[in-house]
Amino acid sequence: MTLTRQEIEKVAFLARLILTPEELDEMTGQLGRVLEYMALLNEVDTEGVEPLAHAVEFANVFREDHVEKSLDREVALANAPHRDDECYLVPAVLGDV
Amino acid sequence: MSMGDRPYKIVIGLEVHVQLLTESKLFCGCSTKFGAPPNTQTCPVCIGMPGVLPVMNRKAFELAVKTGLALNGEIARFSKWDRKNYYYPDLPKGYQISQYDLPICRGGYLDIPAEDGEGTRRIGIIRVHLEEDAGKSMHDEKAGRADSRIDLNRAGTPLLEIVTKPDLHSPTEAKTFLTELKLLLNYLEVSDCNMQEGSLRVDANINLHIPTDDGGHVATPIVEVKNMNSFRAVERALTYEAQRQYEAFLETGHKLGDVPKQTRGWDEDAQITRPQRSKEESSDYRYFPEPDLVPVTITEEELERIRATLGELPAEIRRRLQTTYQITAYDSDVIVNQGRAFVDYYCRLAQGCGDGKMAANWVQQDVLRTLNERQWTIAQFPVSADNLAELLRKVRAGELDTAKARMVFAEMVEQRCSAAEAVQRLGIVQVDEGELRRLCEELVAANPRVVAEVKAGKDKAIGSLVGQAKKRNPNVNPARVKEICLELIQRQA
Repeated sequence: MTLTRQEIEKVAFLARLILTPEELDEMTGQLGRVLEYMALLNEVDTEGVEPLAHAVEFANVFREDHVEKSLDREVALANAPHRDDECYLVPAVLGDV
Repeated sequence: MSMGDRPYKIVIGLEVHVQLLTESKLFCGCSTKFGAPPNTQTCPVCIGMPGVLPVMNRKAFELAVKTGLALNGEIARFSKWDRKNYYYPDLPKGYQISQYDLPICRGGYLDIPAEDGEGTRRIGIIRVHLEEDAGKSMHDEKAGRADSRIDLNRAGTPLLEIVTKPDLHSPTEAKTFLTELKLLLNYLEVSDCNMQEGSLRVDANINLHIPTDDGGHVATPIVEVKNMNSFRAVERALTYEAQRQYEAFLETGHKLGDVPKQTRGWDEDAQITRPQRSKEESSDYRYFPEPDLVPVTITEEELERIRATLGELPAEIRRRLQTTYQITAYDSDVIVNQGRAFVDYYCRLAQGCGDGKMAANWVQQDVLRTLNERQWTIAQFPVSADNLAELLRKVRAGELDTAKARMVFAEMVEQRCSAAEAVQRLGIVQVDEGELRRLCEELVAANPRVVAEVKAGKDKAIGSLVGQAKKRNPNVNPARVKEICLELIQRQA
């Protein structure tokens, strides 16, 4: 199982990564080899084995519906590259919000 | 399903998001209260700090199960969480925790009142699943700012997504479905469904089936309509969109599959739908199982425990009111729409006064009007069902006419007192039947001309006697005076 350059371009776009043509070639090879390695798993006979939903065989971890203290706004906003007194600032979001 | 006056059949499916009535968020303890100052209800979990672990809110899970049961769906004995990946500034983690292939509930239906007023229509439900909400982005175009402001208070709030089958065949039916769903969720105490506060949001998928000469039909491309901010907006947007698709089809001939699925937004000011930029190039959300959350299972015992909390639901209550109290479908609808506490009030009143129809009239007119005028809920209403029943019994017994009963009612509201006390306060004295008869006999004897007119068939003339009686004794019951006088006159004949 190998990847095409177009597939890498699409994945890069979805991940918002801008790759140079050289990097695209490199990634096509590298990611392809990762998938090939993972494809080894296809050799295992899984006939009759229930799909695993989670690596930990554990279910139903709940918390009760109680309000706990939130962060102070100053703390929450402390690491934001851009902010005003109340909000995070990001480049304009227009259109479908 | 008929096409009505339109040369096409409309096919609509809805995707409804409702905010659950929990105190805290889906995966952390931050408050979900509406209206707090921006970014004061967040923590490392809901703003997506590295290394944090989400933990599932039990109440949110139970409310989701409750809704699934009320919608007659199949509750998954095993469900899990998935990451839906996309980049948007109001989504701090870069993914939304949602449910992909194992939703909490599959299938089911909701019966809604049929458009022709006769019976019901069954609208299929595809699935119901839980997910977390995103934050809110605000852009002040007037201020000409280059930046958008992000408030993450809403991020992580529990949402229930309810997806219908494409079973709705008119914009009005879509609105009826939403009204019925909202009523159901209110009764279940699952969501307040307040559209102004964003606790109910709805998107619609719509296309047309246009009949062809060979007896079949062609389908137009499916369009997703967003941005509808009220149930009326849904109705209007879908009416507009159906006609737009018909005209587009006549012009381009595009059928389903010829063009990619389009997203359009409803422009309330212009009353049209406009094409929207979609969030992703393709809808490639690269779902994968959420490693930070373990799956959820439910046993039969837990299911039955939740089922027992459903209570009587709107459709059942309507039927019960109609059969038990002999009231119309319309009356039962008005009463049920006011909520469970109002239904309880009505039932107690109907039982207490012994006349369901009379009780229905009083709650719909006098009680509802007072609640609206004073901005009260039924819980704040000062006249108990028992006290109002006492008043209605007096009306039924002929002790009070309707006009006097209304005065007594107003006095009961003002003074927060019983019917008997209000009657006393107003100085309304019950006139003794013997005294009433003597008064009528005097009037009949003193008014031969009126008597002659009545005998000649002019029943209306009796009004003059009633007027005179009221002047002589303001406490007389006009209806009773009329009865007695007529009886006396007829006896003379």
